[in-house]
Amino acid sequence: MKSAELSVDFAGHHFRNPLTVASGTFGSGMEYSRYVDIGRLGAITTKGVSSVPWEGNPTPRVTETPSGMMNAIGLQNPGIDVFIERDLKFLEDYDVPVIVNVCGHSVEEYEAVVERLADDDRVEMLEINVSCPNVKQGAIQFGTDPDMLTEVTQRCKTKAKDKPVIMKLTPNVTSIADMARAAEAGGADGISLINTLTAMKIDIYRRKFVLANKTGGLSGPAIHPVAVRMVYEASHAVGIPVIGMGGVATYADAIEMMMAGATMVAVGMISFTEPEAILNILSGMERYMEETGTEHIRDIIGIL
Amino acid sequence: MVNMQDNISIKSKARITEKTELADGIYSMTLCADLCSKAEPGQFVMVYPNNGAKLLGRPICIASVKKDTADSGEDLLRIVFRTVGDGTREIASYGEGDRLFIEGPLGHGYPTDEAISDRKHIVLLGGGLGAPSLLYLAESLTVLMNTESTVAENAVPKIQEKPHITAILGYRDCSLKHFLADDFRGLGINTVIATDDGSEGLKGNVIDALKETVKEPDLIYACGPLPMLSAVKKYAGAAGIKAYISMEERMACGVGVCLGCVAKTVKEDPHSHVKNARVCTEGPVFDADEVDI
Repeated sequence: MKSAELSVDFAGHHFRNPLTVASGTFGSGMEYSRYVDIGRLGAITTKGVSSVPWEGNPTPRVTETPSGMMNAIGLQNPGIDVFIERDLKFLEDYDVPVIVNVCGHSVEEYEAVVERLADDDRVEMLEINVSCPNVKQGAIQFGTDPDMLTEVTQRCKTKAKDKPVIMKLTPNVTSIADMARAAEAGGADGISLINTLTAMKIDIYRRKFVLANKTGGLSGPAIHPVAVRMVYEASHAVGIPVIGMGGVATYADAIEMMMAGATMVAVGMISFTEPEAILNILSGMERYMEETGTEHIRDIIGIL
Repeated sequence: MVNMQDNISIKSKARITEKTELADGIYSMTLCADLCSKAEPGQFVMVYPNNGAKLLGRPICIASVKKDTADSGEDLLRIVFRTVGDGTREIASYGEGDRLFIEGPLGHGYPTDEAISDRKHIVLLGGGLGAPSLLYLAESLTVLMNTESTVAENAVPKIQEKPHITAILGYRDCSLKHFLADDFRGLGINTVIATDDGSEGLKGNVIDALKETVKEPDLIYACGPLPMLSAVKKYAGAAGIKAYISMEERMACGVGVCLGCVAKTVKEDPHSHVKNARVCTEGPVFDADEVDI
C-alpha cells in the first residue's frame, strides 16, 4: 500500500498536511521552536496582530477549568510593524506556510493590517479574527451580526488582493450556519471555527470573578464536541473550505473534525500542555490512515 | 533551513522522594528529576497534576537543588507550595514513590553577581510563600561567598569582607510554624521572624522588621504577595537601595507563548512592545525599579 497522503488543498493553496495551530496558542513559533520542529507543520497560524500595539487586559488573564482553560488576554500584541520586522523575519528560516491572524477594533483597523500584508510573499493566507470575546470594542460585534460580517469580509478581501481571506467565526451565536453564509457572501475564501466560548468562573471564597475581565474564552478538550457540531453545521451551509478547531488534542479529534467537514485542522490550547502535541497528532493520523486503508486524507473530508 | 536546537528545557518525569506537611496546607516535596540545565535561584518549574482533566502545569518556585550523589546522580529538586486549588491539592496528595511531570527550570532568577561584588549587608525578605525561592537563593549566596576567591579575578572585584546576610521571614501568625526558618538558620544566616499578629517573633510585616533590625541594607531580594512587593519597591526606592523582587502570576504555558502572566512595567518592554513583561520569561524576578506595582 502507498504511504498515507496527507496533503490538502485549501483556497487554491497546497499544504503538505492539514494541521496548523490555533491563533494565540503558538505565538509566532519563536518560543516553541525549541520543542517542536515547526517545519513539519502544515501551516503556522500566528497570534492576532493589530495595526498598533495592544496592551491587552489586566491580570489574572488565565485560569484552568475541567479539561480546558479560560483566557482573557485581550489580544496583547506588538503591532504590525514589529510583527513584520521580527516575527515574519523569524519565520523566513522555516519551510512552513504562514497564516497571519488579523485583529482590529474597527473595519479600518482590519484594513490597515491586511493592506500591509497583501503583497508580502512570506504570508500564505490571512485569517480575520472577528470573534475574540475578550475585546470590548469591535472584534466580536463583527462576528455576531451577519450584515457586518459580510461587510468586513468584503473590505478585507478588497485590500488583501490575491491573498486568501479566512474569516474566523465565534461560536457565541444562535446560528453558525447563518454566519458562515454571511462570510461566504462577503467573498471569504474560507472560514475557521470555533473561537472560544464566552465563559465565567467565580472564586467562591474570595467572592470575586477569577479573571480580571470577569468573562473569558473557554478552550481545550472540554469544547471539542461543540466545535465538531459547529464545523459540521457551518461546512454544510457553504461551499468554501473550513479550518476546524476547538479542543483538538489527539489524532482522533483531528480525524473527527475532518469527517465533520474541515479541510484543515488547528491544534489549540493543548500546545500549552504539550507543545509537541501537533506532531503526535500528525503521526497518529498517518497511523490511522494506514490502519484503515485511507489512502488520501481528503477522502474523509465531510463524509458525514 | 533551521535545524532543531538542543532542547533547553523539556517536560520530564520526576519521582517524589520525600513529602512533608510543614504547616497546615503547606507542603515540602523533594523530586528526583533530570533538570537538563542548572537551575538558578528564583527560577521555577511547571508541575503537572497526573489527572488528565487538569491540563495546565502549576508554576512552583525552586526551593533547593542538590545532586543525588548516593543514587542516580540526578538532581534532587525541592519545592515548597501551598494548596490553593484543586490542582495543588492533587499534587499535595501524591506521596513518596509517585511520579509526575515537571518542566523547567524556567524564567529568570535572582541576579547574584552584584551580591558578591561590593555589598555589605544583603537582606532577603520573604512573605509567606515567598520564603522558598529565597531559600535556594540563600543556599546559592552562601556557596558563592565561600568560593568567591576562586571566581575569575577580572570579572569580580576583590572582596575584602564577606557581606552579611539577614533573612526576614514574615508569616500571618504562629500557626504557620515559621516554616523554612530553620533551613535558613542551618545555612548560618541571621534569620528574623515577623508575624502580622505578633504571635511569634516581631509584630508587623517584613518591612517593619527590616527597619527594626537592619541598619543599612544595600541589596534586597524579596518574594511574597503583591502588596508586600509594592511596599518593598516603595521602601527601597525611597532609601535608594537596589531591590530585586520575584512576582507571582497565573500561567498557562510557562514559556512565554500565551501572554497570560504579564506584569506591568514602567517602560515599554522590548519583547511585547507594550508596558507588559512576561512573568514566566522576563521574570519572575524583576528589578523593582522596572515594574509598575
